[in-house]
Amino acid sequence: MALTIPDIKKIAHLARIEINDSEAEKTLNKLTGILTLIEEMEAVDTTGITPMSHSQDVVQRLREDVVTATNQRETFQKNAPAVGSGLYLVPQVIE
Amino acid sequence: MINQSLKQLSQMLASKEVSSVEMTQTFLDRIKQYNSDINAYITLDEDKSLAQAKAADGILAAGTATPLTGIPIAQKDIFCAKDWRTTCGSKMLETFIAPYDANVITQFNHAGAVNLGKTNMDEFAMGSSNETSYFGCVNNPWDLTRVPGGSSGGSAAAVAARLCAAATGTDTGGSIRQPASLCGFTGLKPTYGLVSRYGMIAFASSLDQAGPMAKSAEDCALMMNVMAGFDERDSTSLNHPKEDYTSKLNQPLTGLKVGLPKEYFAEGLDTDVAKVIDNAIAEYKKLGAEFVDISLPNAGLSIPVYYVLAPAEASTNLSRYDGVRYGHRAAEYDDLMDMYMKSRAEGFGDEVKRRILIGTYVLSAGYYDAYYLKAQKIRHLIADDFKAAYKKCDIIMGPTVPSTAFKTGEKTDDPVAMYLQDIYTIATNLAGLPGMSIPAGFSKSSDGKDLPVGLQIIGNYFDEARMLNVGHAYQQVTDWHTAMPEGFA
Repeated sequence: MALTIPDIKKIAHLARIEINDSEAEKTLNKLTGILTLIEEMEAVDTTGITPMSHSQDVVQRLREDVVTATNQRETFQKNAPAVGSGLYLVPQVIE
Repeated sequence: MINQSLKQLSQMLASKEVSSVEMTQTFLDRIKQYNSDINAYITLDEDKSLAQAKAADGILAAGTATPLTGIPIAQKDIFCAKDWRTTCGSKMLETFIAPYDANVITQFNHAGAVNLGKTNMDEFAMGSSNETSYFGCVNNPWDLTRVPGGSSGGSAAAVAARLCAAATGTDTGGSIRQPASLCGFTGLKPTYGLVSRYGMIAFASSLDQAGPMAKSAEDCALMMNVMAGFDERDSTSLNHPKEDYTSKLNQPLTGLKVGLPKEYFAEGLDTDVAKVIDNAIAEYKKLGAEFVDISLPNAGLSIPVYYVLAPAEASTNLSRYDGVRYGHRAAEYDDLMDMYMKSRAEGFGDEVKRRILIGTYVLSAGYYDAYYLKAQKIRHLIADDFKAAYKKCDIIMGPTVPSTAFKTGEKTDDPVAMYLQDIYTIATNLAGLPGMSIPAGFSKSSDGKDLPVGLQIIGNYFDEARMLNVGHAYQQVTDWHTAMPEGFA
């Protein structure tokens, strides 16, 4: 399937990445090349094959529901762009 | 000192011939002298490194040292190290100070090793040339006009130029082995799940695996003894019994069955690289190995499969960089949406954005089955190819990379050509198998430079000790692994 400039803009919006017209143009060319590569998969018959996510037969481990992490809010918030009263600050979202 | 093995360096420390502080200072001085040529390190912190060295000298004096106590190790800047700036090669994390240690860092700290500094890398480990780093390209010590490979390019250049005793790397599609081949040293990507991913900044979680990058197989074995082990904080960590990876190093190779996949010797392989690999095979025959032809019929599909799975997982993992809790936030924005859009547009480089977009596309409504699920099914076929092959052989050999190091800038405009660098390494990640690259010789470039060539050794699951044995046996009868690039003596 051939991508178009509006497709690129829609995908970029879904990914929350701002993109201008000239960037969208350049991205379209490169992404089209990559998708052509990916489309080699279409020729393969995968009927009856189970999808693989981990090489070993592992199951999700369970643990006791106990507190293991300690409160490190101040340490973690040192890396935050904007904090106040121990909270992460973002632009207003509710009128 | 700089060309000594980890075992020799350890003996020098044990016999008090040199202290860890002196050894660490020697490497820090070399970094000061040479780093501007190759740009291998992003962050150095002499005070922290020397404090660790001083502590190590205390352990050595108390007689409770282990093999890596006091040894200066370079850490890829993908591992969170408490109170160290940890950037993952990205503007997004330019000022990020890690609040905790990755498990790999914890293991080296327990062993008493010294963190010598954080090495350069492709941004978020996405690249095969170290050209996507926000902190600049790394130059290959064998020819400064060429790339060192990637994504662990800084660790690779640091090992090759002897700006560390050894280094760590991570390998999602070849990021330890391809730079090991291009820079002429030994690098091992372990079985998926053997080394904990806790605190290792995520790229493609079902493929990412950390491993050692060092001068020899023996050095890698000592590093593996520290790095491998179950960790409940990584949900994909495997509870495999602890092993001593040095225990099989000296076993004879008589009767070892080596499989040569015909797909790895087909069109696209540089003829000079092929010659080097043929010579290595001849050497292994002298060591008693037997060779059988095998086939990995779906290996050619590994690149398309990888470029669905890795970007899909990356687009999910990198959604955490939103400019709220940590990472870059744009200076000006209208509202919350605009803040996300601008922060991510400014914080990520072009290749990272491309992969996020591909991942977002293949996971978007209506395309999941055609791309992601289809790729996971072919991944199964690729893993099954290896399973069938290991019925005929103990180990698989071939080239690591189709060619030698290319010129900086040569492939930056063509992502697909760049992706083909990993054509022989990616299948291993998809199958979750361990893979290693060892130096096997040199090939002369058209402008007269000797460029390293790597031999790839792929093992069955958990067969790292045997792979290291196979590498070590070769390194006992050849000296490619001791060769050093000119200008860094």
